Amino acid sequence: MSTENAILTVRNLRKYFPIKGGILGKTIKNVHAVDGVDLEVFQGETLGVVGESGCGKSTTARLLMQLIEPDEGALYFEGKLVGSPELPLKAFRRQVQMVFQDSYSSLNPRLTIEDNIAFGARVHGTPAREALSRTHDLLTRVGLDPARFAGRYPHELSGGQRQRVNIARALALRPKIIILDEAVSALDKSVEAQVLNLLADLKAEFGLTYVFISHDLNVVRFVSDRVMVMYLGKVAEIGDAEALYATPLHPYSGALLSSMPSMDPDNRTMEPALTGDPPNPIDPPTGCRFHTRCSVVGAVCSQKEPTLTQRAAKHLVACHAHDPASGYVALKAKEAAE
Amino acid sequence: MADIAIATPPVEPVRSAGYWQNVGKRLIRDKTAMAAAAVLALITLAAIFAPIVAPMDPLQGRLINRLQPIGSEGHILGTDELGRDMLSRLIWGGRLSLLMGVTPVVLAFFIGSAIGIIAGYAGGWTNTLIMRTVDIFYAFPSVLLAVALSGALGAGLGNALLSLTVVFIPPIARVAESVTTRLRSSDFIEAARASGAGALTIVRVHVLGNVLGPIFVYATSLIAVSMILASGLSFLGLGVRPPNPEWGLMLNTLRTAIYAQPWVAALPGAMIFLVSISFNLLSDGLRSAMEVRQ
Repeated sequence: MSTENAILTVRNLRKYFPIKGGILGKTIKNVHAVDGVDLEVFQGETLGVVGESGCGKSTTARLLMQLIEPDEGALYFEGKLVGSPELPLKAFRRQVQMVFQDSYSSLNPRLTIEDNIAFGARVHGTPAREALSRTHDLLTRVGLDPARFAGRYPHELSGGQRQRVNIARALALRPKIIILDEAVSALDKSVEAQVLNLLADLKAEFGLTYVFISHDLNVVRFVSDRVMVMYLGKVAEIGDAEALYATPLHPYSGALLSSMPSMDPDNRTMEPALTGDPPNPIDPPTGCRFHTRCSVVGAVCSQKEPTLTQRAAKHLVACHAHDPASGYVALKAKEAAE
Repeated sequence: MADIAIATPPVEPVRSAGYWQNVGKRLIRDKTAMAAAAVLALITLAAIFAPIVAPMDPLQGRLINRLQPIGSEGHILGTDELGRDMLSRLIWGGRLSLLMGVTPVVLAFFIGSAIGIIAGYAGGWTNTLIMRTVDIFYAFPSVLLAVALSGALGAGLGNALLSLTVVFIPPIARVAESVTTRLRSSDFIEAARASGAGALTIVRVHVLGNVLGPIFVYATSLIAVSMILASGLSFLGLGVRPPNPEWGLMLNTLRTAIYAQPWVAALPGAMIFLVSISFNLLSDGLRSAMEVRQ
């Protein structure tokens, strides 16, 4: 599937949200939302992004869209630095589009469906008539009859129909990448399946690349070529979907996957794999951020931060347990030996 | 998804009624609001066509007829302290009173909305700078500010209108800023930014249509306040000058007659009350008509 041709490259992306306090509004603390993410998105693939709530998935999506300014880091689209004279922001914007989770709040309630979809094309100078005919084509393409839906308002549509409209809106600028931020999470299961099939069809037809953000591990496995696991603003593990689901290397990925409800009633996990909430991203733990909840934690884990390193074919993980040079000894193994 | 080709009968293109059409329909069904609108329409029309409607000259009176009670012959609503026909004066007075109630709010609606939307959409330091400046004006009690401003500018209709406009800009800007700030974080605004649209285009297409409604409702509720403040200014001699009829001023000049003819003296006040409560009821009706999930 992936031709190993990076369409989007992210280097050391960092975003802290300041918490202001005191009468002078000084920054007293920072929420480490995204803390040094390196990432490649390959041409034509679907990259799944998973992680608990608050791990920085959506912030990463907004950073990729350049909707918020990163504090640090660079974004390259097809090898060109975004925001440089070679690729100004407005030119980049039409290449990457986004579908949001809330299908209702992502459409302007005062505009008709066709005006909502045609807006982007109009901004980029498409004449009104052409933008309208393209809008009607897109509506047909996402399975909504233009005669019945183009003149309606968002509140008159169901959630699934609205999400189709949002997909049509994202497609209107003929982008190369679409970021789907929990795009199907709010839909009924049957509608979700329809929309996922639609997304697969559109991907083949338009040669799209997807970044698919979701907390639903089953869906991510179904749609993704590669999967990225995030924990507290950092990439824990990234690799081919099948390999990662079969043999997760990072203990967090392992715990996350074992928390997946099984289809087999004889094979249900009784013990929660992960207990407690993730630590506060305002004061992330030192060393490896997962060491407070890790089942195989070692002495080195709270002192040194692991780096994301390749450990298997196309499989990168940030964990001392997989790094022979880190001096890692599992605490539990040590206790057992004593 | 691919089986749309199943022969479907040709459908007439559906055009849904727009938001304002729906609000209009709901407002027309609201009996209280419609009654208030009828009262306002009646008073406004009477004021506009005062030369035709008013039975007598509002400025000419006969002292011999002064302070006639309500229902006296030739003067249905009695006469004032200079013997002028009260009905005529009330009809003519509507011109200046309505003008002073509506004009400052209309001006403040445009200026305040612009300030608030800019501050709300820009956010950050621009917002802080603009809104703290607005707060300085907002900190004064409105009556005090209006009196101080028109006192400083000097008496007269123009200055009274100007000072009332200044009084109403801060509250309208506050409302505009808060609805714009709330709207700004909506996903559809983010989507519009993601499509590469500039700030002006986004404000024109996506912000105005969503914020002007709530600001408008708030502004209509200020008309009553404006009328009362304007009457207050005239009462203090800072607005309209005698002998021109204006309800606030009439209230002032009739004050001395309150023991002789209390009902006549109360008439201008009753008019102010009637008009302001009508504006408030209409504004309430508009507010509930706009509470459609759309």
